[in-house]
Amino acid sequence: MALVNAKGPSLAQRINRRLRYYSPTITVALGVILLWEVIVLLFDIQQFLLPKPSAIFSEFMLQVNLWLAPDEGSLLFEASGATFWEALGGFVIGCGSGILMALITSRWTIISEATMPFAIAANSVPIIAFAPIMNNWFGITNPASKMAIVAIIVFFPTMINTVRGLTLVDAGQLELMQSYAAKPSRIMFSLRIPNALPYIFSALRVASALSLIGAVVAEFFGGPRATLGVYITQEAGAFDFAKAWTAIMMASLIGIGFYLAVLLLERRLMPWHASFREAG
Amino acid sequence: MSAEQSVVIAAQGINKIFNPGTDEEVIALQDINLNVDSGEFISLVGPSGCGKSTLMRLLGDLLQPTSGDLLVNGKSPRAARLDRDYGMVFQAATLYDWRSVTKNVQLPLEVMGYAKDERQKRAREMLEMVELGAFAEHYPWQLSGGMQQRVSIARALAFDPSILLMDEPFGALDEFTRERMNLELLRIWEQTGKTIIFVTHSISEAIFLSNRIVVMSPRPGRITKIVDNDLPYPRDFKTRGDPAYHNLVSEVRELLRDAIGSGPPGAARAPLRPHEE
Repeated sequence: MALVNAKGPSLAQRINRRLRYYSPTITVALGVILLWEVIVLLFDIQQFLLPKPSAIFSEFMLQVNLWLAPDEGSLLFEASGATFWEALGGFVIGCGSGILMALITSRWTIISEATMPFAIAANSVPIIAFAPIMNNWFGITNPASKMAIVAIIVFFPTMINTVRGLTLVDAGQLELMQSYAAKPSRIMFSLRIPNALPYIFSALRVASALSLIGAVVAEFFGGPRATLGVYITQEAGAFDFAKAWTAIMMASLIGIGFYLAVLLLERRLMPWHASFREAG
Repeated sequence: MSAEQSVVIAAQGINKIFNPGTDEEVIALQDINLNVDSGEFISLVGPSGCGKSTLMRLLGDLLQPTSGDLLVNGKSPRAARLDRDYGMVFQAATLYDWRSVTKNVQLPLEVMGYAKDERQKRAREMLEMVELGAFAEHYPWQLSGGMQQRVSIARALAFDPSILLMDEPFGALDEFTRERMNLELLRIWEQTGKTIIFVTHSISEAIFLSNRIVVMSPRPGRITKIVDNDLPYPRDFKTRGDPAYHNLVSEVRELLRDAIGSGPPGAARAPLRPHEE
Protein backbone atom coordinates (compact mmCIF):
# COMPACT_ATOMS: atom_id res chain seq x y z
CA MET A 1 0.00 0.00 0.00
CA ALA A 2 1.38 3.38 -0.96
CA LEU A 3 1.30 5.24 2.33
CA VAL A 4 3.11 8.38 3.40
CA ASN A 5 6.47 7.47 1.95
CA ALA A 6 6.44 4.92 -0.81
CA LYS A 7 10.12 4.22 -0.21
CA GLY A 8 10.58 2.97 3.34
CA PRO A 9 13.90 2.86 5.17
CA SER A 10 16.34 0.19 4.00
CA LEU A 11 16.58 -3.18 5.72
CA ALA A 12 19.86 -2.26 7.41
CA GLN A 13 18.36 0.96 8.71
CA ARG A 14 15.35 -0.91 10.03
CA ILE A 15 17.44 -3.52 11.83
CA ASN A 16 19.61 -0.77 13.26
CA ARG A 17 16.57 1.13 14.51
CA ARG A 18 15.06 -2.01 16.05
CA LEU A 19 18.32 -2.82 17.79
CA ARG A 20 18.55 0.64 19.26
CA TYR A 21 14.91 0.42 20.34
CA TYR A 22 15.32 -2.91 22.15
CA SER A 23 18.86 -2.51 23.45
CA PRO A 24 17.80 -1.08 26.87
CA THR A 25 15.43 -4.04 27.38
CA ILE A 26 18.11 -6.55 26.44
CA THR A 27 20.62 -4.84 28.72
CA VAL A 28 18.21 -4.97 31.66
CA ALA A 29 17.45 -8.66 31.04
CA LEU A 30 21.12 -9.59 30.88
CA GLY A 31 21.83 -7.44 33.95
CA VAL A 32 19.14 -9.19 36.01
CA ILE A 33 20.43 -12.65 35.04
CA LEU A 34 23.97 -11.63 35.90
CA LEU A 35 22.88 -10.16 39.25
CA TRP A 36 20.95 -13.37 40.01
CA GLU A 37 24.05 -15.49 39.31
CA VAL A 38 26.28 -13.24 41.43
CA ILE A 39 23.86 -13.17 44.38
CA VAL A 40 23.49 -16.96 44.41
CA LEU A 41 27.30 -17.33 44.37
CA LEU A 42 27.95 -14.53 46.86
CA PHE A 43 25.45 -15.59 49.50
CA ASP A 44 25.98 -19.28 48.82
CA ILE A 45 22.25 -19.90 48.30
CA GLN A 46 21.25 -23.58 48.26
CA GLN A 47 20.22 -24.84 44.84
CA PHE A 48 16.81 -26.04 46.17
CA LEU A 49 16.04 -22.46 47.19
CA LEU A 50 17.24 -20.81 44.02
CA PRO A 51 19.42 -22.43 41.36
CA LYS A 52 21.92 -20.37 39.40
CA PRO A 53 20.83 -19.22 35.93
CA SER A 54 23.87 -21.03 34.56
CA ALA A 55 22.66 -24.28 36.15
CA ILE A 56 19.20 -23.82 34.64
CA PHE A 57 20.75 -23.08 31.28
CA SER A 58 23.00 -26.13 31.29
CA GLU A 59 20.02 -28.30 32.29
CA PHE A 60 18.16 -26.78 29.37
CA MET A 61 21.02 -27.54 26.97
CA LEU A 62 21.16 -31.12 28.30
CA GLN A 63 17.46 -31.51 27.47
CA VAL A 64 17.98 -29.99 24.04
CA ASN A 65 20.72 -32.55 23.33
CA LEU A 66 18.51 -35.39 24.57
CA TRP A 67 15.71 -34.11 22.40
CA LEU A 68 17.90 -33.91 19.31
CA ALA A 69 19.55 -37.29 19.89
CA PRO A 70 18.11 -39.87 17.49
CA ASP A 71 17.10 -42.62 19.89
CA GLU A 72 16.72 -40.68 23.09
CA GLY A 73 13.91 -38.40 24.16
CA SER A 74 13.49 -35.40 26.37
CA LEU A 75 10.66 -35.60 28.90
CA LEU A 76 10.86 -31.83 29.21
CA PHE A 77 10.23 -31.24 25.52
CA GLU A 78 7.54 -33.90 25.43
CA ALA A 79 5.85 -32.20 28.37
CA SER A 80 6.18 -28.78 26.76
CA GLY A 81 4.57 -30.07 23.58
CA ALA A 82 1.66 -31.63 25.47
CA THR A 83 1.01 -28.49 27.50
CA PHE A 84 1.33 -26.33 24.41
CA TRP A 85 -1.38 -28.32 22.62
CA GLU A 86 -3.66 -28.21 25.65
CA ALA A 87 -3.28 -24.46 25.91
CA LEU A 88 -3.67 -23.90 22.18
CA GLY A 89 -6.70 -26.20 21.90
CA GLY A 90 -8.40 -24.54 24.84
CA PHE A 91 -7.52 -21.10 23.52
CA VAL A 92 -9.01 -21.78 20.08
CA ILE A 93 -12.15 -23.46 21.43
CA GLY A 94 -12.72 -20.90 24.20
CA CYS A 95 -11.97 -17.74 22.21
CA GLY A 96 -13.76 -19.04 19.12
CA SER A 97 -16.94 -19.82 20.99
CA GLY A 98 -16.64 -16.57 22.98
CA ILE A 99 -16.56 -14.52 19.79
CA LEU A 100 -19.36 -16.61 18.27
CA MET A 101 -21.55 -16.19 21.34
CA ALA A 102 -20.90 -12.44 21.31
CA LEU A 103 -21.92 -12.20 17.65
CA ILE A 104 -25.11 -14.13 18.32
CA THR A 105 -26.10 -12.32 21.50
CA SER A 106 -25.34 -8.82 20.29
CA ARG A 107 -27.51 -9.39 17.23
CA TRP A 108 -30.48 -9.39 19.58
CA THR A 109 -30.18 -6.72 22.25
CA ILE A 110 -32.56 -8.55 24.57
CA ILE A 111 -30.41 -11.67 24.67
CA SER A 112 -27.17 -9.77 25.24
CA GLU A 113 -28.76 -7.69 28.01
CA ALA A 114 -30.02 -10.87 29.64
CA THR A 115 -26.76 -12.82 29.36
CA MET A 116 -24.12 -10.14 29.99
CA PRO A 117 -24.60 -9.98 33.80
CA PHE A 118 -24.07 -13.75 33.96
CA ALA A 119 -21.00 -13.55 31.76
CA ILE A 120 -19.53 -10.78 33.92
CA ALA A 121 -20.34 -12.73 37.11
CA ALA A 122 -18.86 -15.91 35.63
CA ASN A 123 -15.74 -13.99 34.69
CA SER A 124 -14.97 -13.32 38.36
CA VAL A 125 -15.38 -16.99 39.35
CA PRO A 126 -12.02 -18.77 39.92
CA ILE A 127 -12.59 -21.25 37.09
CA ILE A 128 -9.39 -23.13 37.93
CA ALA A 129 -11.24 -24.50 40.99
CA PHE A 130 -13.20 -26.65 38.54
CA ALA A 131 -10.04 -28.49 37.47
CA PRO A 132 -10.71 -31.57 39.67
CA ILE A 133 -14.28 -31.68 38.34
CA MET A 134 -13.02 -31.62 34.76
CA ASN A 135 -10.59 -34.41 35.66
CA ASN A 136 -13.62 -36.43 36.74
CA TRP A 137 -15.61 -35.57 33.62
CA PHE A 138 -12.98 -36.16 30.97
CA GLY A 139 -10.45 -38.36 32.74
CA ILE A 140 -7.32 -37.16 34.54
CA THR A 141 -4.89 -38.12 31.74
CA ASN A 142 -7.13 -36.92 28.93
CA PRO A 143 -5.87 -33.60 27.50
CA ALA A 144 -9.52 -32.63 27.04
CA SER A 145 -9.84 -32.07 30.81
CA LYS A 146 -7.15 -29.35 30.65
CA MET A 147 -8.44 -27.93 27.38
CA ALA A 148 -11.87 -27.61 28.95
CA ILE A 149 -10.47 -25.57 31.83
CA VAL A 150 -8.51 -23.32 29.46
CA ALA A 151 -11.53 -22.92 27.19
CA ILE A 152 -13.79 -21.88 30.07
CA ILE A 153 -11.18 -19.48 31.45
CA VAL A 154 -10.70 -17.63 28.15
CA PHE A 155 -14.34 -17.81 27.05
CA PHE A 156 -15.78 -15.15 29.33
CA PRO A 157 -13.27 -12.32 28.87
CA THR A 158 -13.35 -12.87 25.10
CA MET A 159 -17.12 -12.86 24.95
CA ILE A 160 -17.50 -9.81 27.22
CA ASN A 161 -14.93 -7.77 25.30
CA THR A 162 -16.37 -8.74 21.93
CA VAL A 163 -19.88 -7.74 22.99
CA ARG A 164 -18.45 -4.40 24.15
CA GLY A 165 -16.73 -3.83 20.86
CA LEU A 166 -19.84 -4.70 18.89
CA THR A 167 -22.13 -2.46 20.91
CA LEU A 168 -19.89 0.50 21.85
CA VAL A 169 -20.12 2.02 18.39
CA ASP A 170 -19.76 5.75 17.86
CA ALA A 171 -23.25 7.29 17.66
CA GLY A 172 -22.32 9.41 14.66
CA GLN A 173 -20.88 6.48 12.73
CA LEU A 174 -24.10 4.58 13.40
CA GLU A 175 -26.34 7.46 12.35
CA LEU A 176 -24.37 7.67 9.14
CA MET A 177 -25.33 4.08 8.36
CA GLN A 178 -28.94 4.90 9.20
CA SER A 179 -28.86 7.84 6.84
CA TYR A 180 -27.78 5.40 4.10
CA ALA A 181 -30.76 3.19 5.01
CA ALA A 182 -28.28 0.34 5.60
CA LYS A 183 -29.53 -3.12 6.59
CA PRO A 184 -28.61 -4.52 10.03
CA SER A 185 -26.38 -7.15 8.42
CA ARG A 186 -24.47 -4.42 6.57
CA ILE A 187 -24.08 -2.43 9.80
CA MET A 188 -22.77 -5.62 11.43
CA PHE A 189 -20.11 -6.33 8.82
CA SER A 190 -19.09 -2.81 7.85
CA LEU A 191 -19.25 -1.12 11.24
CA ARG A 192 -19.74 -3.32 14.29
CA ILE A 193 -17.23 -6.06 13.52
CA PRO A 194 -14.35 -3.76 12.45
CA ASN A 195 -15.15 -1.61 15.48
CA ALA A 196 -14.90 -4.69 17.70
CA LEU A 197 -11.52 -5.89 16.36
CA PRO A 198 -9.36 -3.86 18.78
CA TYR A 199 -11.53 -5.09 21.67
CA ILE A 200 -11.29 -8.68 20.44
CA PHE A 201 -7.53 -8.51 20.14
CA SER A 202 -7.04 -7.02 23.57
CA ALA A 203 -9.10 -9.95 24.87
CA LEU A 204 -7.02 -12.43 22.85
CA ARG A 205 -3.80 -11.00 24.24
CA VAL A 206 -5.06 -11.50 27.79
CA ALA A 207 -6.41 -14.93 26.82
CA SER A 208 -3.06 -16.01 25.37
CA ALA A 209 -1.43 -15.58 28.78
CA LEU A 210 -4.42 -17.02 30.63
CA SER A 211 -4.50 -20.14 28.51
CA LEU A 212 -0.98 -21.18 29.47
CA ILE A 213 -1.57 -20.37 33.14
CA GLY A 214 -4.81 -22.35 32.99
CA ALA A 215 -3.17 -25.39 31.39
CA VAL A 216 -0.18 -25.52 33.78
CA VAL A 217 -2.24 -24.93 36.93
CA ALA A 218 -4.85 -27.47 35.83
CA GLU A 219 -2.00 -29.96 35.47
CA PHE A 220 -1.02 -29.30 39.09
CA PHE A 221 -4.27 -31.07 39.97
CA GLY A 222 -3.04 -34.16 38.19
CA GLY A 223 -2.35 -35.27 34.64
CA PRO A 224 -0.02 -37.39 32.53
CA ARG A 225 3.67 -37.40 33.51
CA ALA A 226 4.62 -35.63 30.29
CA THR A 227 2.99 -32.27 30.94
CA LEU A 228 4.69 -29.17 32.33
CA GLY A 229 2.51 -28.84 35.42
CA VAL A 230 3.10 -32.41 36.50
CA TYR A 231 6.78 -32.17 35.53
CA ILE A 232 7.26 -29.10 37.74
CA THR A 233 5.51 -30.65 40.77
CA GLN A 234 7.39 -33.95 40.38
CA GLU A 235 10.86 -32.43 39.95
CA ALA A 236 10.28 -29.93 42.73
CA GLY A 237 9.09 -32.79 44.94
CA ALA A 238 12.30 -34.67 44.12
CA PHE A 239 14.37 -31.54 44.98
CA ASP A 240 15.68 -31.31 41.41
CA PHE A 241 15.09 -27.59 41.20
CA ALA A 242 17.21 -26.96 38.15
CA LYS A 243 14.78 -29.22 36.24
CA ALA A 244 11.72 -27.57 37.78
CA TRP A 245 13.04 -24.13 36.85
CA THR A 246 13.84 -25.24 33.33
CA ALA A 247 10.23 -26.34 32.96
CA ILE A 248 9.07 -22.96 34.30
CA MET A 249 11.30 -21.31 31.73
CA MET A 250 9.75 -23.43 28.97
CA ALA A 251 6.26 -22.46 30.12
CA SER A 252 7.30 -18.80 30.03
CA LEU A 253 8.76 -19.16 26.54
CA ILE A 254 5.57 -20.78 25.23
CA GLY A 255 3.50 -18.04 26.88
CA ILE A 256 5.59 -15.29 25.29
CA GLY A 257 5.43 -17.08 21.94
CA PHE A 258 1.66 -17.23 22.19
CA TYR A 259 1.42 -13.57 23.00
CA LEU A 260 3.70 -12.60 20.11
CA ALA A 261 1.69 -14.74 17.69
CA VAL A 262 -1.50 -12.90 18.70
CA LEU A 263 0.31 -9.55 18.38
CA LEU A 264 1.51 -10.46 14.90
CA LEU A 265 -1.98 -11.47 13.80
CA GLU A 266 -3.30 -8.21 15.20
CA ARG A 267 -0.85 -6.21 13.11
CA ARG A 268 -1.78 -8.16 10.02
CA LEU A 269 -5.51 -7.68 10.49
CA MET A 270 -5.55 -4.11 11.77
CA PRO A 271 -2.82 -2.08 10.09
CA TRP A 272 -4.78 1.09 10.84
CA HIS A 273 -4.85 0.75 14.60
CA ALA A 274 -3.64 3.59 16.81
CA SER A 275 -1.28 1.56 18.97
CA PHE A 276 1.02 0.85 15.99
CA ARG A 277 1.26 4.42 14.75
CA GLU A 278 4.35 5.25 16.78
CA ALA A 279 6.18 2.00 16.10
CA GLY A 280 5.70 2.43 12.34
CA MET B 1 -32.90 32.62 -7.88
CA SER B 2 -35.25 31.62 -10.66
CA ALA B 3 -38.98 31.87 -10.17
CA GLU B 4 -39.61 28.21 -10.85
CA GLN B 5 -38.42 26.23 -7.88
CA SER B 6 -39.50 23.02 -6.29
CA VAL B 7 -40.08 22.87 -2.56
CA VAL B 8 -37.60 20.49 -0.95
CA ILE B 9 -38.62 20.82 2.68
CA ALA B 10 -42.06 21.73 3.91
CA ALA B 11 -42.43 21.80 7.69
CA GLN B 12 -45.66 22.90 9.32
CA GLY B 13 -46.45 23.17 13.01
CA ILE B 14 -43.65 20.82 14.04
CA ASN B 15 -43.38 20.04 17.73
CA LYS B 16 -40.81 17.81 19.38
CA ILE B 17 -41.12 16.84 23.01
CA PHE B 18 -38.54 14.58 24.66
CA ASN B 19 -39.75 12.25 27.43
CA PRO B 20 -43.34 13.47 27.25
CA GLY B 21 -45.41 13.04 30.40
CA THR B 22 -42.41 12.52 32.70
CA ASP B 23 -40.47 14.77 35.08
CA GLU B 24 -37.79 15.08 32.44
CA GLU B 25 -40.13 16.38 29.78
CA VAL B 26 -38.37 18.85 27.49
CA ILE B 27 -40.09 20.81 24.77
CA ALA B 28 -37.26 20.83 22.26
CA LEU B 29 -39.16 22.41 19.38
CA GLN B 30 -42.41 24.32 19.29
CA ASP B 31 -44.48 25.24 16.26
CA ILE B 32 -41.75 25.14 13.63
CA ASN B 33 -42.80 26.36 10.19
CA LEU B 34 -40.18 26.32 7.47
CA ASN B 35 -40.16 25.93 3.71
CA VAL B 36 -36.96 25.36 1.83
CA ASP B 37 -36.67 25.56 -1.94
CA SER B 38 -34.40 23.48 -4.09
CA GLY B 39 -30.84 24.80 -4.22
CA GLU B 40 -31.13 27.01 -1.17
CA PHE B 41 -28.40 27.33 1.44
CA ILE B 42 -30.16 27.63 4.79
CA SER B 43 -28.39 28.17 8.11
CA LEU B 44 -29.93 27.39 11.46
CA VAL B 45 -28.39 29.58 14.18
CA GLY B 46 -29.10 29.90 17.85
CA PRO B 47 -27.63 29.30 21.31
CA SER B 48 -27.13 25.81 22.72
CA GLY B 49 -30.41 24.13 23.54
CA CYS B 50 -32.43 26.04 20.95
CA GLY B 51 -33.17 22.79 19.13
CA LYS B 52 -31.30 23.56 15.92
CA SER B 53 -29.61 20.18 15.89
CA THR B 54 -32.89 18.52 16.84
CA LEU B 55 -34.59 20.22 13.90
CA MET B 56 -31.87 19.03 11.55
CA ARG B 57 -32.23 15.51 12.87
CA LEU B 58 -35.98 15.63 12.34
CA LEU B 59 -35.41 16.68 8.75
CA GLY B 60 -32.99 13.76 8.30
CA ASP B 61 -35.33 11.23 9.95
CA LEU B 62 -32.86 10.48 12.71
CA LEU B 63 -35.64 11.64 15.05
CA GLN B 64 -39.39 11.80 14.56
CA PRO B 65 -41.55 14.82 15.39
CA THR B 66 -44.08 14.52 18.21
CA SER B 67 -46.62 16.34 16.04
CA GLY B 68 -46.81 18.42 12.90
CA ASP B 69 -46.46 17.85 9.18
CA LEU B 70 -43.09 17.37 7.58
CA LEU B 71 -42.50 16.62 3.91
CA VAL B 72 -39.15 16.19 2.24
CA ASN B 73 -39.13 16.12 -1.56
CA GLY B 74 -42.89 15.59 -1.26
CA LYS B 75 -42.41 12.43 0.82
CA SER B 76 -42.22 11.54 4.48
CA PRO B 77 -38.70 11.99 5.90
CA ARG B 78 -38.52 8.21 6.31
CA ALA B 79 -39.30 7.65 2.64
CA ALA B 80 -36.74 10.31 1.74
CA ARG B 81 -34.14 8.56 3.88
CA LEU B 82 -34.92 5.19 2.31
CA ASP B 83 -34.61 6.87 -1.10
CA ARG B 84 -31.19 8.13 0.00
CA ASP B 85 -32.02 11.79 -0.42
CA TYR B 86 -29.76 12.88 2.43
CA GLY B 87 -26.05 13.39 2.71
CA MET B 88 -25.01 14.05 6.29
CA VAL B 89 -21.98 15.77 7.76
CA PHE B 90 -21.57 15.92 11.53
CA GLN B 91 -19.36 18.00 13.79
CA ALA B 92 -17.03 15.02 14.19
CA ALA B 93 -15.86 13.74 10.84
CA THR B 94 -17.06 10.22 11.86
CA LEU B 95 -14.71 8.57 9.39
CA TYR B 96 -14.19 4.85 9.82
CA ASP B 97 -10.67 4.46 11.21
CA TRP B 98 -10.13 1.11 9.49
CA ARG B 99 -10.84 2.47 6.03
CA SER B 100 -8.51 4.49 3.86
CA VAL B 101 -9.73 7.88 2.66
CA THR B 102 -11.02 6.54 -0.66
CA LYS B 103 -12.68 3.58 1.07
CA ASN B 104 -14.42 6.00 3.41
CA VAL B 105 -15.79 7.96 0.49
CA GLN B 106 -16.90 4.69 -1.10
CA LEU B 107 -18.72 3.54 2.05
CA PRO B 108 -22.19 4.86 1.11
CA LEU B 109 -21.72 3.55 -2.42
CA GLU B 110 -20.90 0.08 -1.08
CA VAL B 111 -23.99 0.14 1.12
CA MET B 112 -26.08 1.21 -1.86
CA GLY B 113 -24.70 -1.52 -4.07
CA TYR B 114 -22.76 0.48 -6.68
CA ALA B 115 -20.37 -1.51 -8.88
CA LYS B 116 -16.70 -1.35 -7.99
CA ASP B 117 -15.62 0.69 -11.04
CA GLU B 118 -18.32 3.25 -10.43
CA ARG B 119 -17.40 3.47 -6.74
CA GLN B 120 -13.75 4.13 -7.51
CA LYS B 121 -14.57 6.65 -10.21
CA ARG B 122 -16.92 8.61 -7.98
CA ALA B 123 -14.55 8.52 -5.03
CA ARG B 124 -11.81 9.90 -7.25
CA GLU B 125 -14.07 12.70 -8.50
CA MET B 126 -15.29 13.61 -5.03
CA LEU B 127 -11.77 13.65 -3.61
CA GLU B 128 -10.66 15.85 -6.49
CA MET B 129 -13.52 18.22 -5.69
CA VAL B 130 -12.44 18.58 -2.06
CA GLU B 131 -8.82 18.76 -3.25
CA LEU B 132 -7.68 15.61 -1.52
CA GLY B 133 -6.94 13.54 -4.60
CA ALA B 134 -3.38 12.90 -3.42
CA PHE B 135 -4.53 11.48 -0.10
CA ALA B 136 -6.81 8.69 -1.34
CA GLU B 137 -4.74 5.90 0.20
CA HIS B 138 -4.08 7.62 3.52
CA TYR B 139 -5.82 6.61 6.70
CA PRO B 140 -7.95 9.14 8.61
CA TRP B 141 -5.46 9.47 11.48
CA GLN B 142 -2.86 10.71 9.01
CA LEU B 143 -5.01 13.75 8.14
CA SER B 144 -5.62 17.04 9.94
CA GLY B 145 -9.05 17.87 11.33
CA GLY B 146 -9.90 20.08 8.35
CA MET B 147 -8.86 17.43 5.86
CA GLN B 148 -10.91 14.80 7.69
CA GLN B 149 -13.96 17.04 7.49
CA ARG B 150 -13.39 17.49 3.74
CA VAL B 151 -13.33 13.70 3.37
CA SER B 152 -16.61 13.56 5.25
CA ILE B 153 -18.10 16.11 2.83
CA ALA B 154 -16.83 14.10 -0.13
CA ARG B 155 -18.42 11.01 1.40
CA ALA B 156 -21.74 12.81 1.87
CA LEU B 157 -21.76 13.92 -1.76
CA ALA B 158 -20.55 10.64 -3.25
CA PHE B 159 -24.00 9.19 -3.86
CA ASP B 160 -25.36 12.48 -5.18
CA PRO B 161 -28.10 13.11 -2.57
CA SER B 162 -30.35 16.08 -3.23
CA ILE B 163 -30.05 17.48 0.31
CA LEU B 164 -26.95 18.04 2.39
CA LEU B 165 -27.56 18.19 6.14
CA MET B 166 -24.59 19.65 8.01
CA ASP B 167 -24.55 19.77 11.79
CA GLU B 168 -21.86 22.23 12.94
CA PRO B 169 -19.39 20.66 10.52
CA PHE B 170 -16.63 23.19 11.16
CA GLY B 171 -17.32 23.73 14.86
CA ALA B 172 -14.19 21.88 15.93
CA LEU B 173 -11.83 23.62 13.51
CA ASP B 174 -9.64 26.64 14.13
CA GLU B 175 -10.67 30.03 12.73
CA PHE B 176 -8.38 30.00 9.67
CA THR B 177 -9.25 26.48 8.63
CA ARG B 178 -12.89 27.30 9.17
CA GLU B 179 -12.82 30.30 6.84
CA ARG B 180 -11.04 28.27 4.17
CA MET B 181 -13.61 25.50 4.56
CA ASN B 182 -16.42 28.05 4.24
CA LEU B 183 -15.07 29.21 0.89
CA GLU B 184 -14.63 25.65 -0.23
CA LEU B 185 -18.16 24.71 0.79
CA LEU B 186 -19.59 27.65 -1.16
CA ARG B 187 -17.63 26.56 -4.21
CA ILE B 188 -18.96 22.99 -3.88
CA TRP B 189 -22.48 24.28 -3.38
CA GLU B 190 -22.30 26.43 -6.50
CA GLN B 191 -20.77 23.54 -8.41
CA THR B 192 -23.35 20.94 -7.38
CA GLY B 193 -26.52 22.97 -6.78
CA LYS B 194 -27.41 20.96 -3.66
CA THR B 195 -29.88 22.14 -1.08
CA ILE B 196 -27.90 22.65 2.12
CA ILE B 197 -29.19 22.85 5.67
CA PHE B 198 -26.35 24.08 7.85
CA VAL B 199 -26.43 24.18 11.63
CA THR B 200 -23.97 26.53 13.31
CA HIS B 201 -23.64 28.79 16.31
CA SER B 202 -21.38 31.19 14.49
CA ILE B 203 -23.31 34.22 13.26
CA SER B 204 -20.65 35.30 10.81
CA GLU B 205 -20.39 31.83 9.32
CA ALA B 206 -24.17 31.64 8.84
CA ILE B 207 -24.27 35.00 7.10
CA PHE B 208 -21.25 34.36 4.97
CA LEU B 209 -22.62 31.08 3.68
CA SER B 210 -26.38 31.10 3.43
CA ASN B 211 -29.09 32.87 1.49
CA ARG B 212 -31.49 32.62 4.42
CA ILE B 213 -30.74 32.44 8.15
CA VAL B 214 -33.18 30.78 10.50
CA VAL B 215 -32.68 32.41 13.91
CA MET B 216 -33.82 30.20 16.77
CA SER B 217 -34.41 30.78 20.48
CA PRO B 218 -34.23 28.26 23.31
CA ARG B 219 -36.64 26.86 25.89
CA PRO B 220 -38.76 25.98 24.06
CA GLY B 221 -36.94 25.88 20.72
CA ARG B 222 -38.69 28.24 18.34
CA ILE B 223 -37.97 30.11 15.15
CA THR B 224 -37.57 33.77 16.11
CA LYS B 225 -37.16 35.03 12.59
CA ILE B 226 -36.04 33.97 9.16
CA VAL B 227 -33.59 36.55 7.84
CA ASP B 228 -33.11 36.96 4.09
CA ASN B 229 -29.54 37.47 3.03
CA ASP B 230 -29.24 39.17 -0.37
CA LEU B 231 -25.47 39.46 -0.42
CA PRO B 232 -24.53 38.42 -3.94
CA TYR B 233 -22.84 35.13 -4.77
CA PRO B 234 -20.12 34.20 -5.43
CA ARG B 235 -18.90 35.41 -2.07
CA ASP B 236 -15.28 35.68 -1.06
CA PHE B 237 -13.10 37.42 1.52
CA LYS B 238 -14.31 40.81 0.26
CA THR B 239 -17.85 39.88 1.29
CA ARG B 240 -16.80 40.13 4.92
CA GLY B 241 -15.83 43.78 4.31
CA ASP B 242 -19.22 44.69 2.81
CA PRO B 243 -21.27 47.08 5.03
CA ALA B 244 -24.39 45.02 4.22
CA TYR B 245 -22.61 42.01 5.70
CA HIS B 246 -21.98 43.88 8.92
CA ASN B 247 -25.55 45.12 9.08
CA LEU B 248 -26.74 41.53 8.82
CA VAL B 249 -24.35 40.42 11.53
CA SER B 250 -25.69 43.11 13.87
CA GLU B 251 -29.28 42.27 13.01
CA VAL B 252 -28.85 38.56 13.74
CA ARG B 253 -26.85 39.29 16.88
CA GLU B 254 -29.63 41.57 18.08
CA LEU B 255 -32.23 38.87 17.39
CA LEU B 256 -30.18 36.29 19.27
CA ARG B 257 -29.69 38.62 22.23
CA ASP B 258 -33.44 39.09 22.51
CA ALA B 259 -33.93 35.35 22.13
CA ILE B 260 -31.53 34.49 24.93
CA GLY B 261 -32.92 37.23 27.15
CA SER B 262 -36.43 35.82 26.90
CA GLY B 263 -35.67 32.60 28.76
CA PRO B 264 -34.27 32.03 32.25
CA PRO B 265 -30.55 31.27 32.00
CA GLY B 266 -29.57 27.74 32.90
CA ALA B 267 -33.11 26.40 32.55
CA ALA B 268 -33.84 22.96 31.15
CA ARG B 269 -31.70 22.08 28.15
CA ALA B 270 -32.37 19.70 25.38
CA PRO B 271 -30.75 16.34 26.11
CA LEU B 272 -27.26 16.04 24.69
CA ARG B 273 -26.42 13.41 22.16
CA PRO B 274 -23.48 11.17 22.97
CA HIS B 275 -21.20 12.64 20.35
CA GLU B 276 -22.05 16.25 21.10
CA GLU B 277 -19.73 18.10 23.54
